Amino acid sequence: MTTERTADWAERAVAEAEALTGRESGRLSPEQQVLARIERARRRRPRIRESRVTLAHGAGGKATRTLVEGIFVEAFRNPTLEALDDAAVLRPNVDRLAFTTDSYVVSPLFFPGGDIGDLAVNGTVNDLAVSGARPLYLAAGFILEEGFPVADLQRITASMAAAARHAGVQVVTGDTKVVQRGKADGCYVNTAGIGLLERPVTLGTGHVRPGDAIIVSGPIGDHGVTVMLARGELDIEADLVSDTAPLHGLVAALLDAAPGVRLLRDATRGGVATVLNEVAQAAEVAVVLDEAAVPVRPAVTGACELLGIDPLYVACEGRFVAVVDGAQAEAAVAALRRHPLGEDASVIGHVTADPPGIVLLRTAFGGTRVVDLLVGDPLPRIC
Amino acid sequence: MRFVDEYRDADRAQTLAAQIAALCEPGRQYKFMEVCGGHTHTIYKHGIEDYLPENVSLVHGPGCPVCVIPMGRVDDAIAIAHEPGVILTAFGDMMRVPGGSGSFFDAKAAGADIRMVYSPLDALKIARTNPDRRVVFMAIGFETTSPSTAMTVLRAAAEGIGNFSVFCNHVTILPAIKAILDSPDLRLDGFLGPGHVSTVIGCRPYEFIARDYGKPLVCAGFEPLDLLQSVLMLLRQLAEGRCEVENQYTRVVPWDGNPRAIEAIGQVMRLRPYFEWRGLGFISHSALRMRDEYAAFDAERLFDVPGVRVADPKACQCGEVLKGVLKPWECKVFGTACTPETPIGTCMVSSEGACAAYYNFGRFTRQRLTEAVRV
Repeated sequence: MTTERTADWAERAVAEAEALTGRESGRLSPEQQVLARIERARRRRPRIRESRVTLAHGAGGKATRTLVEGIFVEAFRNPTLEALDDAAVLRPNVDRLAFTTDSYVVSPLFFPGGDIGDLAVNGTVNDLAVSGARPLYLAAGFILEEGFPVADLQRITASMAAAARHAGVQVVTGDTKVVQRGKADGCYVNTAGIGLLERPVTLGTGHVRPGDAIIVSGPIGDHGVTVMLARGELDIEADLVSDTAPLHGLVAALLDAAPGVRLLRDATRGGVATVLNEVAQAAEVAVVLDEAAVPVRPAVTGACELLGIDPLYVACEGRFVAVVDGAQAEAAVAALRRHPLGEDASVIGHVTADPPGIVLLRTAFGGTRVVDLLVGDPLPRIC
Repeated sequence: MRFVDEYRDADRAQTLAAQIAALCEPGRQYKFMEVCGGHTHTIYKHGIEDYLPENVSLVHGPGCPVCVIPMGRVDDAIAIAHEPGVILTAFGDMMRVPGGSGSFFDAKAAGADIRMVYSPLDALKIARTNPDRRVVFMAIGFETTSPSTAMTVLRAAAEGIGNFSVFCNHVTILPAIKAILDSPDLRLDGFLGPGHVSTVIGCRPYEFIARDYGKPLVCAGFEPLDLLQSVLMLLRQLAEGRCEVENQYTRVVPWDGNPRAIEAIGQVMRLRPYFEWRGLGFISHSALRMRDEYAAFDAERLFDVPGVRVADPKACQCGEVLKGVLKPWECKVFGTACTPETPIGTCMVSSEGACAAYYNFGRFTRQRLTEAVRV
């Protein structure tokens, strides 16, 4: 989208202004007619005319209103948001709420299978889902760089809106800031989410014990590798798309089938290995993984092999790790596999008592090694 | 995955392990050094030691490119990076290597423009797209990487790219192996030769090791089965009383190496009289610098580098680890003061470093690991 030529815009504005002249105009003086037209123009639904975000859009004045109403309200439309009050007023009737927040700085903003918009919705929805909550409301904060294309912002908000609809959540409040060119990288998004804890389950590392099974809900590493390759810095091409997806439906299916779920974690930054190290350390148990049982797509294995990265550390945005009572592992996997997002769910390991705090891997080759926390991130800015 | 899975087959590993066990004389201790850091990484990553009998031990050698960079050279590179208009480019492994006062990451946080690249050609690309900046490539590595640096300089010269230069820290493997052989405190039974280096230099240059030092060498590939087969080949030589240079990695390594790659190195670089190796001290004729004809691409001449030697921290025993005299866990500071998060020595930095590999993958006694897995 390019900025409309001023002359064209002016002509169109005059035509629109004339169209605003109402039937009652005959009864009003010329001055009153003009004033009435201005009033009607002020009430028009704002439409964003610029092709790029400017500092004025963040200044809190009319331009900000245009941005908010022309883009955000337009995309996320719901009665709570449309009130445009300083805070959304919610009326949940449960006694336990889950509340979370996450910021998204992925680069590039658009990648195969998704963009920063659906990532920002699904990521926060999933944080709620793995807490056992039913996600309901989101807040969205945008930090935009001066000059950011409005068309890109519209594309991002459209995919956020689609992801929110798909996940059954509403964006009920939000905020926008614009920073000077060069002070941010295009667009950052923060989302916060509220979910209802309707089930009596309590999940947490405190419930993990030896004999439990470790399950992943699908092939790992798709998202991280997809985003890495989408940057185009490496001359590698692969037929891969991000796995970004809302997981609360899959979580519900699992909790229905296996009441012995001890703990759920979405395997985002740092991947499955990082999640399991946190579990092993917090629960003072050992986690033993079977490399051959870990589902990884061949394209992910190949790219990781070339880059010298272990898929166990690569982020997913639509997969979770579940620790489940060993006796219910089969039922849990069967339930997951019946759901479209859990087709490749697998038991990848188990919990033992010794050595506490450590994740071990039985390699496909038949050896044994430690799977430790990484110091840095092998793939920065993938979410 | 084709061309990978075949070399990671657990059944074949069992067969090789049985053959290895059958060749070992009971009561005799075997110590083989894997020269290359890539081997160290494979050994730990796949748990290869689980297939070796108790009396066969693998000693980690000096062939980790990042590990042998002395602190003074890191400081020199950081000084270059702080020069006006400079973009310093380096492999990701270099970023956390501690110099006398901080690492590349610290320098980057302090405002220097330091970027990670996957190849020197990426650095050249940055030079092309930033004509008003001076782009310096921090060149490290053995004969595996020096040809690509040389080819990049040749291309820069051919294209007339004037804002690209190389801070050359390339080292050569043979003097390091010789230094280890001459070191009195190490008894080795043979070497697993560095496969990637050998794709360039071939197998012939190792012949002095068998002839003059009486140690067999098997040039080894990097997949787990390659390493087991190479250990088997070494044991077979010992059992049959032979002492030769053999090539296990025939699918990649020609006996005479890659003459074109060697020629490219020779065209652009020449041997330095001496070079400091982290932990090993000064070794003569062990590193490369840019030839006078390519002075325009030599960051060492273009920039006023301090060139100050920085002594290794007293507590650090990287030298002993690099020579294979100490196992990583025998170092005084291993895993306590020196961890992958806050490395004191270089061996803890690179994924190919013996200490990092041992810390990340191999910590705990084999017995305890195997028991946990068996449950």
